[in-house]
Amino acid sequence: MLMDLYTENSDEMDTKIKKYLRGEGANLEVLKDKKLKGQLAAREELYGKSAKAAAKAEKWLMPSEGGYLEAEGIEKTWRIKQESIAREVDILSSKNQYDIVLPELGPYTLDFTSSGRYMAVAGRKGHLAVIDMKNMGLIKEFQVRETVRDVVFLHNELFFAAAQKKYLYIYNRDGTELHCLKEHGPVLKLQFLKNHFLLASINKFSQLHYQDVTTGEMVGNYRTGLGRSDVMQVNPFNSVVALGHSNGTVSMWKPTSAAPLVKMLCHRGPVSAVAFHSNGHLMATAGMERKIKLWDLRKFEVLQTLTGHAKTMDFSQKGLLATATGSFVQILGDFSASQNYSRYMGHSMAKGYQIRKVLFRPYEDVLGLGHSMGWSSILIPGSGEPNFDSWVANPFETSKQRKEKEIRSLLDKLPPETIMLDPTKIGTVRPSRKKEQPTKQEREAEMEAAIAAAKDIPIKKKTKGRNKPSKKLRKRQEGVERAKRPFLEQQMDEEESSKKKRLKLNEEENQLPKSLQRFARKKAT
Amino acid sequence: MKVKVISRSTDEFTRERSQDLQRVFRNFDPNLRTQEKAVEYVRALNSAKLEKIFARPFVGAMDGHIDAISCMAKNPNHLKGIFSGSMDGDIRLWDIASRQTVCQFPGHQGAVRGLTASTDGRILVSCGTDCTVRLWRVPVATIMESNDSSDNSAKPLAVFVWKNAFWAVDHQWDGELFATAGAQVDIWDHNRSQPVNSFEWGKDTVISVRFNPGEPNVLATSASDRSITIYDLRMSSPARKLIMRTKTNSICWNPMEPMNFTAANEDCNCYSYDARKLDEAKCVHKDHVSAVMDIDYSPTGREFVTGSYDRTVRIFQYNGGHSREIYHTKRMQRVFCVKFSCDASYVISGSDDTNLRLWKAKASEQLGVLLPRERKKHEYLEAVKNRYKHLPEVKRIVRHRHLPKPIYKAASLRRIMTEAERRKEERRRAHSAPGSMPKKALRKKRIIQEVE
Repeated sequence: MLMDLYTENSDEMDTKIKKYLRGEGANLEVLKDKKLKGQLAAREELYGKSAKAAAKAEKWLMPSEGGYLEAEGIEKTWRIKQESIAREVDILSSKNQYDIVLPELGPYTLDFTSSGRYMAVAGRKGHLAVIDMKNMGLIKEFQVRETVRDVVFLHNELFFAAAQKKYLYIYNRDGTELHCLKEHGPVLKLQFLKNHFLLASINKFSQLHYQDVTTGEMVGNYRTGLGRSDVMQVNPFNSVVALGHSNGTVSMWKPTSAAPLVKMLCHRGPVSAVAFHSNGHLMATAGMERKIKLWDLRKFEVLQTLTGHAKTMDFSQKGLLATATGSFVQILGDFSASQNYSRYMGHSMAKGYQIRKVLFRPYEDVLGLGHSMGWSSILIPGSGEPNFDSWVANPFETSKQRKEKEIRSLLDKLPPETIMLDPTKIGTVRPSRKKEQPTKQEREAEMEAAIAAAKDIPIKKKTKGRNKPSKKLRKRQEGVERAKRPFLEQQMDEEESSKKKRLKLNEEENQLPKSLQRFARKKAT
Repeated sequence: MKVKVISRSTDEFTRERSQDLQRVFRNFDPNLRTQEKAVEYVRALNSAKLEKIFARPFVGAMDGHIDAISCMAKNPNHLKGIFSGSMDGDIRLWDIASRQTVCQFPGHQGAVRGLTASTDGRILVSCGTDCTVRLWRVPVATIMESNDSSDNSAKPLAVFVWKNAFWAVDHQWDGELFATAGAQVDIWDHNRSQPVNSFEWGKDTVISVRFNPGEPNVLATSASDRSITIYDLRMSSPARKLIMRTKTNSICWNPMEPMNFTAANEDCNCYSYDARKLDEAKCVHKDHVSAVMDIDYSPTGREFVTGSYDRTVRIFQYNGGHSREIYHTKRMQRVFCVKFSCDASYVISGSDDTNLRLWKAKASEQLGVLLPRERKKHEYLEAVKNRYKHLPEVKRIVRHRHLPKPIYKAASLRRIMTEAERRKEERRRAHSAPGSMPKKALRKKRIIQEVE
């Protein structure tokens, strides 16, 4: 019994350690340099130790445990209503279930800060608000009296950007307009890249802009050339921006290249939503042709195709996928650990509500919904990461901590060149570009091409007896011989060297006594 | 139905009173920190840049001698004292902290060539070209504290007059003996006016002598006949001798690996030897562009400092082929002597321009007491920098040193010369019978022979 417990524990620890090891260690067996081998072995051991320490810390020191929802008997989790969940959970959590009805100014879109403490909401008719979610206090709300298409927080809750009718504006928490970014044009969708301090926007003319918000420098300005699109999502794993287009392609962009990194045809109809899992390997796309597809971004292959519309999608920190269409939200979950998403929960709003945005609140089991009649929030147990890291995102941040964090994150600001499909490549060795020997066929083809070229050289017309056909023929043959010669010489050299090698091998073999000759080393080829 | 959702009460996650420390929670999940490699790289790059910005190694000059500094000695028992002797016969004791002379030891008629202190730090031994060895009582620490007595001068305990001029002196570790070098190697006792023992191997002048820190009876000397000799006091004759192509100016034993020593050679290089195996150098430390005049190991044994005739001071790793650091100033002339301080954090150089100069051993190190958090941060940045030191941008910044023009030119000239020599040898080898000109490693090339 004790043994059993022990093995189970060690298995659990192993999986945890694997998570912190961040991939396989280097293969040291192939190294010939003893000194380097020793150094690397010491380093690998250190990595192993730190992974173990991290796994132990995760097991014993984490203050809170994740949420869950389990059905009993013939119950199904997707039949469980929000009201019944509200009856079971504590008062503090049940406060996270609410509907704010503001019928005039919708539909609403929303955004959370990285710690999940603050929420910015924007109604299409010009209503902007910042809300403290901890005490549900309204920090500021104001009316800009023009269309607002999107809103996004910058690096902390003090600043947010709003895409308005003609231009992009940056406001501070008090509602003061700080900047009007005219260069972006009429922006449809906004994203903020936290590590790089880049504000990415796509406008009506399908231009993608990247602007550094610390220096104000426009880092990139690219025409996508694929038509108007308002589907845009940042991959949190590598900060690559994905755009969904009306011809069914999803293109991925980085600020340092004018051409997309990836252009993949995902759907037969227009792409309506894109979402990324936080581990960077999984992408969900939804098309107008009633398909939701899950993609493996390492191989760019479909993992799973589901049927259904989705106007908007979002992955939670724990990997639940929320999809919404009309007034219905469906939550999909991956419970078999084989990336096979199935129904987990569902929620219907009142008839006639059009959901415009679903967004999981970080570090909470809460899903925020922006819709045509205001915004709502529902409980999705098991969606959020239960343990936050004070140095990454702290929901209980004091203003002093916020100031310090701002400085620290500015010092660690990444240059735009670090955005790439595989960010783990940084700091690794570039593989040597070995020159490949041309194959025999290729060489022959090359020779033939050279001969043909030599034959095609026009021969000048000479006067008085020098223009004989025999002479012409000889000249042409000479040209052909000249073209052939380097190839033939190379061939001869190679043959000679291989002959020498064979001879040497034979000699070695002959030196051995007859009985041992069969153990002589075989030729490599 | 079983259900649980995350619910955090503010009381549990924030401090109770305003005097308490803020509570910190950690979660090391890699998914929470995206692009961590890029972040680490940026940190490494920034710390490399900061290190360059904060690299201010020169602490101060100690001015007072009226002729070139020829030798220095550390006081093993007192961290902030250092003795220096100059070419006009002046010996001074300096307080490094205040950079002032504490005490003077007048008496020598000619240049002082050797200085050393006994291991307990009570007796100072000096010798010079006036053929005398003088023993001095080192003033006690209390006198050193009061810096009002600037013209404090001491009288010698004893003066031993001998037949020949002296070039160097070194005191035995934990013993009563000291050795002087001149026409021969003489071993003296504190209480005898004549040497208790003397050694001679060859007729040339011995120019430096050092006792082994691990084995008190073993000493190494170098002579102007290009030899390095190892003596054992328990035997009546010298033990081993190594003859190199050029003269060795100074020798220093590695205090942590006392079988190894490093020789500062006239041919601009330093050679680390294992005293048990003298047929091959363990490491050749190249970078100086003129003769290396003096060498001293850090007490940690991981690095050593060299002073050179090319007016620079360099710091090498004990196993590194090239220097980690180069120090120079416009006013510093030929460096004749260098010392590492006893806490391994400073380097002192004495040069032709009559000044002692005090340098930090790590150019960008923050002096003074560090808070634990500060120290941790420094350690982290050091580790990150070490991890990404191979990347071109980081490497470029960390490696770059500004060199004075003459040294830069001389270094490039030397590079051209060695390259030409190498090419010539290669061609010779190609045109001679195979095997008649075997390749010789640089570690062996400069050794002529080893004599038992």
